[in-house]
Amino acid sequence: MNQQEWPLWEVFIRSKQGLDHKHVGSLHAADAVMAVQNARDVYTRRLEGVSIWVVESKHIHASNPDEAAEFFDPAADKVYRHPTFYDVPDSIKHM
Amino acid sequence: MPRFMPAPQPEVSVAPTPSVAANPLFPFVLQLADTSLILAHRLSEWCGHGPILEQDLALANIALDLLGEARSYYQYAAELEGKGRTEDDLAYLRSAVEYRNPLLVEQPNGDFAHTIVRQFLFDNFHYELLKALKNGPDAQLAAIAEKSMKEATYHLKWSSEWMIRLGDGTPESRQRLDKALAVLWRYAGELTTPTPAETNLQELGLVPDYAALLPAMQAHLAHVLAEATVPMPTTPAFAQQGGKQGRHSEHLGYLLTELQYMQRTYPGLTW
Repeated sequence: MNQQEWPLWEVFIRSKQGLDHKHVGSLHAADAVMAVQNARDVYTRRLEGVSIWVVESKHIHASNPDEAAEFFDPAADKVYRHPTFYDVPDSIKHM
Repeated sequence: MPRFMPAPQPEVSVAPTPSVAANPLFPFVLQLADTSLILAHRLSEWCGHGPILEQDLALANIALDLLGEARSYYQYAAELEGKGRTEDDLAYLRSAVEYRNPLLVEQPNGDFAHTIVRQFLFDNFHYELLKALKNGPDAQLAAIAEKSMKEATYHLKWSSEWMIRLGDGTPESRQRLDKALAVLWRYAGELTTPTPAETNLQELGLVPDYAALLPAMQAHLAHVLAEATVPMPTTPAFAQQGGKQGRHSEHLGYLLTELQYMQRTYPGLTW
């Protein structure tokens, strides 16, 4: 088998029940079953996960770095979108 | 405790008379330990040489799982023997003719397909054996089996998936798998063929009845080979045996030379 022909997969690991799957990296695999197994062997050796998602990298559509200015910069001066103008009562934890 | 080099053992082709063990289970536990250690060492030889990074890690993971299992068995064997030998003495200071692993696990890695076939044939047996040991009468063996079962379940899944992909992959992967199966199949039968010592323990109910493991093993083998589009081997599987009685292929001596080098050269070395 020529590894050059193996597609690239993005790996997402959920570290604990109740948390989100987080992107941890990518790997090569012949198909989805093997991608999950490879992800298990590469990314969960040290108890990092309880659940694995893989998706072929070609299915991920990304924003264009060249458009970063019009995409993201306008949000920088809109502080009123952050809920920071409230006094949080002392009894409320984890805010 | 001071250590010393054992007297050189003559390299003879016949197995020495087994020493009289304090506990009848000792030789069997030692056999399990040797089997896992030798296969772990073989797999560790792939480290840094795997076909891709992902599989390099997978092979090393499995090697470490088996090494951990071997340690548990060696510790228990040392306790059963009750002669003051430690797990390290058993692993590092015994000669090839004293090793009790079946021939399959000492066979060289060959190419990746060869390693996969060897692993699959072993995993298919190992999984069923642990399942039986887990429910067996010996509490310590049952506990080790319980712990190793999860690992062995994954090993079998991993090697089965690779059997399918190599068999039903490219013409080259298929040709390599066919060749490996033709070579290694002759070593598969030893796994489930009891030695006289094993038969005695089976009659005492201390060792699982291998015949009872065969239907599940054959069902899984048939399933995987069918998925892999590989025909079932037609030659008998019991052609080569003797490893469990200390009659090994030439490969084991070379393997042990490397595995035991450090303790043989610097007896008692720790770090």
